[in-house]
Amino acid sequence: MSKELIEKIVESVLQGRRNKDDEGIEEGLAGEPGVAELVEEALEAGIDTNDILLNGLSRGMELVGQKYETGEYFIPDMLTAAEAVEAGMAVMEPHLVREGTSGAKGKVVMATVEKDLHDIGKNLVSIMLKGAGFTVIDLGIDVPAARIVEAAEEEGAGLVGLSALLNTTMSNMSDVVKELEEKGLRSQIKVIIGGAPTSEDFAREIGADSYGKDAFAAIREAEKLLNN
Amino acid sequence: MSERGIIVHKPYARLNREQIEMIDKASLDLLENPGILCYHEESVSLLEKAGAKVKSTREGEHDAWWVSIPANVIKEALDTVPSKVTLGARKPENRVIIEAEGNRVHFGSGSETNYWLEVKPETFVSKENGHERVIPVLKRNRGNLDYLCRSAHLAEQLDNLDFFIRNVNVQDADITTGNKDVNVFFASLNNITKPVVSGVADIDQLEKVVRMAEIIAGGKEELIENPVVSFITSVIKSPLQVVAETAEKLIAIARLGLPVVISTSPQGGSTAPIDEVGMVAQVNAEALAGITINQLANPGAPVIYGAVPVRARMDDLHDMYGVPEFCHYNMACAQMARYYKVPCYSTAGVGDAKVPGIQASVEKMFTYTAVPFAAPGLIHYAFGLLDKTQTFCPEQAILDNHKIGMAKFLYRESGVNEEAIERTKKTVEEVMHSPYRMYARYARGMLRRGEIFAGFPFEGESEDQDQTLLVVHERLKELEAKEPQYLSAEICKQIFEEIPGLLPRLNPYKEDK
Ligand code: B12
Repeated sequence: MSKELIEKIVESVLQGRRNKDDEGIEEGLAGEPGVAELVEEALEAGIDTNDILLNGLSRGMELVGQKYETGEYFIPDMLTAAEAVEAGMAVMEPHLVREGTSGAKGKVVMATVEKDLHDIGKNLVSIMLKGAGFTVIDLGIDVPAARIVEAAEEEGAGLVGLSALLNTTMSNMSDVVKELEEKGLRSQIKVIIGGAPTSEDFAREIGADSYGKDAFAAIREAEKLLNN
Repeated sequence: MSERGIIVHKPYARLNREQIEMIDKASLDLLENPGILCYHEESVSLLEKAGAKVKSTREGEHDAWWVSIPANVIKEALDTVPSKVTLGARKPENRVIIEAEGNRVHFGSGSETNYWLEVKPETFVSKENGHERVIPVLKRNRGNLDYLCRSAHLAEQLDNLDFFIRNVNVQDADITTGNKDVNVFFASLNNITKPVVSGVADIDQLEKVVRMAEIIAGGKEELIENPVVSFITSVIKSPLQVVAETAEKLIAIARLGLPVVISTSPQGGSTAPIDEVGMVAQVNAEALAGITINQLANPGAPVIYGAVPVRARMDDLHDMYGVPEFCHYNMACAQMARYYKVPCYSTAGVGDAKVPGIQASVEKMFTYTAVPFAAPGLIHYAFGLLDKTQTFCPEQAILDNHKIGMAKFLYRESGVNEEAIERTKKTVEEVMHSPYRMYARYARGMLRRGEIFAGFPFEGESEDQDQTLLVVHERLKELEAKEPQYLSAEICKQIFEEIPGLLPRLNPYKEDK
């Protein structure tokens, strides 16, 4: 019974179905329970949260990743699956808080830096990080350094992810690093940057901890930086 | 009349009248509900005064307003749009005139690439047999002012390039937000006598750029008459959002009475629906919203419908230009602009490929042939762009100039008429009674009149290596060796005296240069 339910969660992640109203990749799934309902059911059945998380949601996302690597799945499939995981996580959240294990993999504050409005890549990274089990607070676009640091401090985030697509705004990333230093937060809050004009060298130059070429690199690096 | 560009005699009508009206209706419905999300207060009040319903909200760090625009507000704005726009030029014969209902298509450059791709022939020795071979080695360099000057100078000499959009992003150490625009415009205007079109990065520099243009055109009124600079504003952030900073520029330019392109560039699959109907309905709504703000700010101001719809690549969500959907989107938008009688700015010729070669040629040739068939007045991004607008390669621009020449030839009229039929019958009869039954002698007339396409001008001689890039590289060196047609010493002197922020090294008449 519990195994069957967990398998259904995996399947719903693969289909990218947040809840019963969602269509899947295959036809005719709307109306069937989606990830939110299935996680609810699993919790009611007393299945261990760890089991749901690892063997259900994470396992589902892992399979999605494999399918992407073999070319069977595309980015829209990945994003939709990640959103389904997020819907499951939202249902789990109060339970995890009670158990004192909230934010399974750690908290990340994401933002596109000041004067920059590009967010397709940043959103992709945010959604994928959530799908990978991180708690993500996405502050949106055109966010001043002070606001980013304030939010990271308030939220107790371990990592700040910064995006910039203009070579005129990438310098604003270094303001965030400086602001963290000034506030004495630099040792507890790590910084990862990304976006087309940035690079590994640039990250080093401004004193960021890491650079991510794409959303997959973002997940890998976040796992390293947050010591998972 | 504009003599530049090419007339496409029977523009391809992808949508029929009924479908055009359906898209029109869908776009107007979208502008009313959900409406647009506007971040710019003055635009909101212009729209509200005209009859739109407004509700304030907060988006992240910013104030914003939901604006529901009724159809009549859009239609009234469209009524005041001039259907003919002139892009002025230093040389009067290089002016580009776009008529919304005309069929003349013009090609231009763009965009603002971070990299300049350099081609360097190097000799390699085979490990197998010790034979030497010259291979073009490619190197990506960061864009700078010198590259911008060189590309404007090259653009001057490409016969199929009708207007110039600054194509490399200048990243010199002495370029700042506070001096970028004046230097970019000067670098462009000093090296080309064709129309210059560009965005402005910093609104505080708009006035200086306009003053520079006035000096070149010969005065305020002369600039309106011959706008040697025109502007691009990416005022929309898809889906359906109006960006504060850009809206401010749009309104300022409208009030100056200078031509401006409303550019909206949704990505099908991420910031717009990926299917043609959804994409066109949305991008058309976005263009209409921008045009409406422009006309409300200054009714009758010259404005251009700039739809740059692209498709998302499914494995990384980057832009994709060399695909059939891209052509569908763009051809349909050209029809919509024509329906509204607003001059149109469209796109063709971007390579998704990172380097010149087979992939780039396939992608480019495909959109060069398809999109212009819908006869948009302007086609930008058409020269030298690779890696989906991240890279500019001058050799590629020369190759693209040739491809556009081929496409233009393709649009020529068939020439079928009574006289030609009579001539044909006479020729066949003559040949049939001649000793070798050959048509060669009859080809000579057309050959001399330039009516026979010359073929590929960059053919290599090798039997086992594609040498095109090496041949084009030699051609580039020849073109670059020609003396640029700089602005006169007098005009340069006045510009450098009046316009602050210009870098002395751009002045061709500087003593110690
Ligand atoms: C779409 C787009 C827009 C849209 C943005 C829509 C949106 N919702 O984001 C609009 C139309 C609004 C826009 C506006 C402008 N744009 Co723009 N835009 C682009 C474009 C075409 C694609 C960017 C994109 O979304 N790529 C797809 C995503 C998936 O890739 P990505 O962002 O790189 O993200 C990936 C990685 O970089 C990484 N990543 C990203 N962020 C992060 C963060 C972290 C922490 C990590 C680890 C990783 C990571 O992971 C992502 C997923 O793989 C680029 C061209 C290009 N090829 O990059 C130009 C481009 C960035 N824009 C450019 C310009 C100039 C502008 C404008 C000034 C006006 C104009 N000329 O268009 C305005 C500026 C507005 C502003 N103030 O920000 C230039 C920038 C040149 C420069 N100065 O550096 C570019 C390069 C185009 C060009 N060649 O001219 N633009």
